Amino acid sequence: MADIAERSPPAPEPAARRPLPAWVITTISVVAVLLLWQFFGRDINPVFGSYPSEIAYAFVALARSGKLWAALVESLKPFAVGYGLAILIGVPLGLVIGRFRVMEAALGIYVTAGYAMPLVALVPLLVLWLGLGFAVKAAIVFLMSLFPICINTWLGVTAVPKTLIEVGKSFVAPDSVILRRIILPATLPYIMAGIRLAVGRAVVAMVIAEFFTTISGLGAIIINSANNFDTATMFVPIVLLMVMAIGLNSLIGLVERLVAPWQAEIAGRDQS
Amino acid sequence: MGEVSLVDVSKRFTLRIGRETQTIQALSDVSFTVRDGEIVSLIGPSGCGKTTALRIAMGLETASRGRVTVDGREVKGCGYDRGMVFQHAELLPWLTARQNVMFGLEMKGMRGAELRETANHYLDLVGLTDSHNRRPHQLSGGMKQRVGIARALAIDPKVLLMDEPFGALDAQTRETMQEELMQLHERTRKTILFVTHDLDEAVLVADRIVVMREGRIQEILKVPLPRPRGDLGIARGTKEFTDTRYRVWKALHADAPTVH
Repeated sequence: MADIAERSPPAPEPAARRPLPAWVITTISVVAVLLLWQFFGRDINPVFGSYPSEIAYAFVALARSGKLWAALVESLKPFAVGYGLAILIGVPLGLVIGRFRVMEAALGIYVTAGYAMPLVALVPLLVLWLGLGFAVKAAIVFLMSLFPICINTWLGVTAVPKTLIEVGKSFVAPDSVILRRIILPATLPYIMAGIRLAVGRAVVAMVIAEFFTTISGLGAIIINSANNFDTATMFVPIVLLMVMAIGLNSLIGLVERLVAPWQAEIAGRDQS
Repeated sequence: MGEVSLVDVSKRFTLRIGRETQTIQALSDVSFTVRDGEIVSLIGPSGCGKTTALRIAMGLETASRGRVTVDGREVKGCGYDRGMVFQHAELLPWLTARQNVMFGLEMKGMRGAELRETANHYLDLVGLTDSHNRRPHQLSGGMKQRVGIARALAIDPKVLLMDEPFGALDAQTRETMQEELMQLHERTRKTILFVTHDLDEAVLVADRIVVMREGRIQEILKVPLPRPRGDLGIARGTKEFTDTRYRVWKALHADAPTVH
């Protein structure tokens, strides 16, 4: 009994700790990786590898000369056209394939096969058809990004609960209205996921196009600096492209919240 | 007017189980009429075909034989003469409560100010005036089903078809909803076909009860409870309720096959 009485009053409860915001964790992670790369990268022969500070110097030099921005714009044009077309065509195509049994049976097989198509091997053929310029680059980006968008949309349609479609039917909605006003919004999260997945493939396609058709844009900087054993400069467009993909990805996330705000709310992600 | 009849309705499903195909007789010669302004409960154990019968009445499924008539005219497929209330409300998650009510009205061709006002009127009727801007995930189970009822009522159907509408709600909410349905019925005088597996509910809401077992009608019973039934708690205490409940229970268990 005595030692209960003597026990000091309970310590005040520690103030509830707010969890670290996601961007802080991401920043810490990036800084740590860069530091490790900087530390160990310096021991490597500069022909075989590079490290952040060297790449940063190369970046400044390239940016000052104006070459980097010109190349970026040159690369982005076919990227935007090909990627944009892939969304414009892939989403309706996926909706139709997912919705109509006949379309699924007739076209589904090409979409599935197209996703696995070794596009690099077909580039020479595409060059014969479309030449070496802008058109073939846009086509390569288009073909690489079309299939993930289309397949995701298609899968999304097949995942729409049957009862929601029955709601449309019970109010005598025609097929076209059911597709536009029930299936399309119900599929949006899948569509957005497909569009995100396609970013990575579109970026890769863009560089492939610049390697194997007219050497141009950021791809040209990569090839030329690699040929000159200027590894640091070679890394500049590579890093730039990866940063660009991250930016595009968050932009798409933002668009997703704008067009499908209920999704984040339902999943309980609206607080973050 | 609003009278719905099922006439000799049969339904067969073909199921594939492994390599064998099995034909299941979901409904055999089911015939009954819900008269104008009447509420009829369709009750039976799960798998007895009650939901199938309702879905055929709505036009979401087709009968293998027999027909469905509304006011004597045979109907094929869905129509605005029938309004469906789904088991889990099935609101469109990307629309607000009011937009969900407006959906059916828009399908019916209503536009402009009339559209908004009609939707507001029916939200008002189910007591959701203040929640019209909420999306389904911001509504409780009972509120969701109220929107579902408003959506079906808004198109002003002759018949309301309700598929276990309160089955997924907790007991207290269910009782509130039953009373609200009674009030709605007093005001709108809609003909209602009400599918349920809850014995008490079947007796409390209905004028007549169709008891189904294994795809057939076992018995059709009258409920001698008077209307209006404002307070269902009081109705529960009456001898008529207890007697009817027992009769339905007996019909459900009559010459019950030995437990298998």
